[in-house]
Amino acid sequence: MNRKQFLGRYGEERAADYLKDLGYEIVERNWRSRIGEIDLIANENGRIVFVEVKTRSGSDFGHPFEAITLEKVARMRRLAADWCAVKQVSGIKVRLDAIAVLVNGGKVSIEHLKQVF
Amino acid sequence: MTLAKAFAVSLLGLSGTIIEIEAEISSNLPSFVLVGLPDASLSEARDRVRAAAHNSGLALPGRRVTVNLSPASVPKRGSIFDLAIAVAILAADGKIPASSVSNFIHLGELGLDGSLRAVEGILPAVLAAKQSGWASVIVPIQNLAEASLVEGVKVLGAGNLAQVARFHGARLQENNLLTAAVAEPAEKTSEPAVPDFADVIGQDEAVEAAAISAAGAHHMLLIGPPGAGKTMIAERIPSILPPLTNDESIEVTALRSIAGRFRKSGSLAMSRVRPFEEPHHSATLASLIGGGAGFPRPGLVSLAHQGVLFLDEAPEFQRQFLESLRQPLESGEVLVHRSAGVARFPARFQLVMAANPCPCGNFAGKARACVCASSARMAYLGKLSGPLLDRIDVRLRLQPVSPAQITLARLGALQIGRSSAELRERVIQARQRAKQRLAGTPWEVNAQVPGAYLRRHLQIAKDVVAPLNLALDRGTLSMRGYDRCLRLAWSSADLAGRSQVQPEDVAKATLLRGGDGVTSW
Repeated sequence: MNRKQFLGRYGEERAADYLKDLGYEIVERNWRSRIGEIDLIANENGRIVFVEVKTRSGSDFGHPFEAITLEKVARMRRLAADWCAVKQVSGIKVRLDAIAVLVNGGKVSIEHLKQVF
Repeated sequence: MTLAKAFAVSLLGLSGTIIEIEAEISSNLPSFVLVGLPDASLSEARDRVRAAAHNSGLALPGRRVTVNLSPASVPKRGSIFDLAIAVAILAADGKIPASSVSNFIHLGELGLDGSLRAVEGILPAVLAAKQSGWASVIVPIQNLAEASLVEGVKVLGAGNLAQVARFHGARLQENNLLTAAVAEPAEKTSEPAVPDFADVIGQDEAVEAAAISAAGAHHMLLIGPPGAGKTMIAERIPSILPPLTNDESIEVTALRSIAGRFRKSGSLAMSRVRPFEEPHHSATLASLIGGGAGFPRPGLVSLAHQGVLFLDEAPEFQRQFLESLRQPLESGEVLVHRSAGVARFPARFQLVMAANPCPCGNFAGKARACVCASSARMAYLGKLSGPLLDRIDVRLRLQPVSPAQITLARLGALQIGRSSAELRERVIQARQRAKQRLAGTPWEVNAQVPGAYLRRHLQIAKDVVAPLNLALDRGTLSMRGYDRCLRLAWSSADLAGRSQVQPEDVAKATLLRGGDGVTSW
């Protein structure tokens, strides 16, 4: 595992902890289908929340959210549909969220955007 | 705070509208939306502002940013809004206090590195801000001298976005402060050198004509063979015109500002020398009269405002241009209609035209023979139409300078009795005299006075005007020609320091007026 992958994994851990603290139940981690991967899937009182996590150390290359493009959001929606098909669930409430994890000299800060489309 | 306002100025011609720039930050994925009728160069502000803020240590929020320029119905263009957009966003993001930001007008273009760059039209924009009741303006440091010409407004100059942010109270590391402008009327130290009448050999008649034209602001047409000194004389007219007053100078500088003239000289400071514009005859109509794609810009006729517009080889200009001069000659302004709106540019200039007498140029010369067919001669000067010539009081034929005169001048035997400084003193006094005489009327100089007023209110002794009356009775002088003679006679009297027109003034006027048409004499 290289440094970048390690940082990404670390960010996802922190994001999962953060969601658990908020009372979300983590349903899946790194769920994959043939078109890609969803970092976190959580259940908030019956609503399924699909979460994209972006992690950065330092902000020299812009805000982590700036790396979430419209294409990425569109793919997340297709992945969410895939997940529902695989799990054979329908008629549920869903939401797409984005979480930014900023690691800066030992300090970790988390930003959470709900309903990002 | 997620909503904040900043203010800038949008210019259409010389008139400005205060633009309110609202920035809103909403919790969504990062994007930058700019609404409110921006043109292409303004839409690019999004990328400039994002990079400039980042490189100033004030990265934009990782959220959706919406910027609205209001009133949305006013078309806006250019990079002058960059700074205001940036501070509005930073205020909305809570990086700088919104209360401080909304007390200032912010003007200027941002570079990707966060530097604040000079823009066109700062002077008229600051004037517009003052008229709308704004007390303080922040401008790029290179525009500071120009902006400081406006009295009664606190003008601050800044070199980059970080300085502005720090001035408003942002906590940033470096600590170089805003340079406060001392609003001294920036008198330019080195005025451009204006050529002097002392260099002109011979042509006393033409120099006298130039002085009389200057005294009464009469338009002038010089016809003569190549080398007679037409251009030389025209170029020297600004040197004998009275200096620009404060208000005139601000007006002239404002026009230069929107034309982007500061890009040549680095900055624009107040000049007292009257403008001299010398368009080439191949220039386009839009560059001469004013125009531009979408947004109206001033043409050379407006840059010659309060000064001299010199058309060398006047018959070579497009007829359309010569005819379009009639509007500014009549009203002293130009209306430019473009999709973005109508702009009104002042254009009260003294027109000086020079022409060869015929295509080969030798028709007036005694020694050289003209080879042009008479029809070609007619067609050549015929391009100067009657209505245009009607507005030109002085039409003088120049003779070539004789070889003897040149030799005498070379040997230093010719007396040079007329430096520009001397002539200018006489012109200033002549204009004062005319102003006193015309006190209580809308006119200031003789060239503006209509014939009816001249004849009714400015009495001239009967025996003095007798030759003119006689010519009128005989039909050798038209009514218009008569009025032109009266105007010129007054200018001649003013220049000579007389309070009454004397027979010699009338004689001079008759000489300077030339014929009613050009081809007839």
